[in-house]
Amino acid sequence: MSTVTFRIFRFDPERDATGRYQDYQLALEPGITLLNCLNKIKWEQDATLTFRMSCGSAICGSCAMRVNGHSLLACKTQASPLVKDGVIQIDPLGNANIIRDLAVDLEPFWASIRKVKPWLMPDSADNPEKERLQTPEQYLKIDNSTTCIMCAACWSDCNALEVNKKFVGPAALAKAQRFIHDTRDAKRVERLEEISEANGVWNCTHCGECSTRCPTEAKPLGRIEEIREAAMAAGVHDNNGARHVLGFRETVGKRGLLDENYVPVRSVGFFNIPALLDLLPVGIRMFIRRKNPPVIPHSIEKVEEVRKIFSRFEELRKE
Amino acid sequence: MKYALYTGCVAKGAGRELLAGTYAACSRLGIDLVEMTDAACCGAGVISEDNHFVADALNARTYSLAEQMGLPIMNICTTCQGVHRKCQINLANNPAHMAEVNKVLKEETGREYKGTVKIRHFYEVLLEEYGLEKLKSKIVKPLTGMKVAAFYGCYAMRPHEYSDLANPDDPDELEKIITALGATPVRYDERLKCCGFPILMMNKSDSLQLSANALTGAKKAGADLMVTPCPLCHLNMDAYQPEIEGRMDEKLRMPVLHIPQLVALALGATPAEIRLQTHIVRPKKELV
Ligand code: SF4
Ligand code: SF4
Ligand code: FES
Repeated sequence: MSTVTFRIFRFDPERDATGRYQDYQLALEPGITLLNCLNKIKWEQDATLTFRMSCGSAICGSCAMRVNGHSLLACKTQASPLVKDGVIQIDPLGNANIIRDLAVDLEPFWASIRKVKPWLMPDSADNPEKERLQTPEQYLKIDNSTTCIMCAACWSDCNALEVNKKFVGPAALAKAQRFIHDTRDAKRVERLEEISEANGVWNCTHCGECSTRCPTEAKPLGRIEEIREAAMAAGVHDNNGARHVLGFRETVGKRGLLDENYVPVRSVGFFNIPALLDLLPVGIRMFIRRKNPPVIPHSIEKVEEVRKIFSRFEELRKE
Repeated sequence: MKYALYTGCVAKGAGRELLAGTYAACSRLGIDLVEMTDAACCGAGVISEDNHFVADALNARTYSLAEQMGLPIMNICTTCQGVHRKCQINLANNPAHMAEVNKVLKEETGREYKGTVKIRHFYEVLLEEYGLEKLKSKIVKPLTGMKVAAFYGCYAMRPHEYSDLANPDDPDELEKIITALGATPVRYDERLKCCGFPILMMNKSDSLQLSANALTGAKKAGADLMVTPCPLCHLNMDAYQPEIEGRMDEKLRMPVLHIPQLVALALGATPAEIRLQTHIVRPKKELV
């Protein structure tokens, strides 16, 4: 059994002005989970060490923490592969205020979940005798998002949240997908409109952290892509994110390549004078350095083939 | 060595210096490039948000072109690389989807994607196929004393199942190349973060703050310049650097080079040949 240093973040608001690290030594039994290591440290070495846990089996979501800089579930992860140069570094979840040691204030996380109205809103006129049924195919569309255990690992590592605490965040978006794609819900379009507002689904940078950290199949980035696709199909287009996608559709569908001069203007809106003026300095700067995209946009050679692929889907869209 | 060069949109538009850098590097390395002048935009993860099927059909068409040329694809943008790998993996893992995509492709263009094409980014070609030892033997102007901060770009790393990096949570591929060129790699926390480019049009403030964090991180770590395999990261951090500096108290003045440009410099290319003069933030003369 090799002895490993657990470098654990400590913070007690009554005693510490700022956080500090404390090292604990522990011999790793083969196959031991990170959570069991923490329990051993707490029981045998330092009863003041604070962290959250409950189920011990990747169901309750309470044991999420940052290990070597990335979030994971302590109960689901074996300790030995985490050792780096004899050390495992453990921090509380990111994008959150620390209450004590590894326990963080999750209220903003829960507030974001409540924001997407995580309950079914069926058509009240349709009053079935029995329960509202779904086919297995219909259920498959929400199967992944229903696996979310609200551990906040995705929230912790989200790049967009790091610079904007108003962003609704990955877990809430995964939750929103679950109701947007639920065939028993009657508020699909309203939900899509709400989630398309500022700090909603279009504020995600697509960095992929959430899906990489998610310990279940909820994988928020995938759900975000599904929400965006649904919003585009439902015609919820009155926002920069959707207009940006339309700019792609229009220019790539016509020439095979992106028209980098057109898309920014399309995204902010042709008549949005302040936003257009805001684009000017960078445009001029790039023009002076001859870094600007060609004024006459180019096309690929057999552009007809690309146009045909696009028009095929335009027809499908109309049906 | 011969590759079908997939330029993507940016290297033909707002990042033509990337194309210049690629040709400057590859001609000196003896890597033959045949430009895929008929390949369409990869969709950049945006077309798929309109309709993932269109995006997959467009990309499968691109792969069929490379198959026809009998060549592996070389990308010079990690966003293209990430999108391509995701599409390719999803098609390979889902035969029904592949069949449907091919049906559309055949009916509309007469083409078919067989699933055989290999797709690699320029830096992966250098590492896996060309080899660092051979690269070193071609260096005529080692970048000794230059401190370089690598910025990977999200699509190279995440989600992990689509990444080709050996350890996407702590990669060192770019650092290995930087070292081989004679320069010193600089490590900083933000090197694996998002540059914010994808939300530039949706939330400029958030977008530029993410770039500001990366640039500041690299500067604090002592970097002379940054290097990235993604031209979109380059655009946010270079073209918008004056705006980013406007948000903070200090001047950053951090040049952001494309990885083929850095390689080309060590191989003896002149700054003019790789269009360094077109950068908004130009590297100091004594550096290059
Ligand atoms: S992909 Fe979007 S939601 Fe997920 S972590 Fe990145 S920015 Fe946050
Ligand atoms: S989406 Fe995944 S990472 Fe986020 S809270 Fe749910 S289970 Fe945890
Ligand atoms: S203790 Fe419940 S998920 Fe880890």
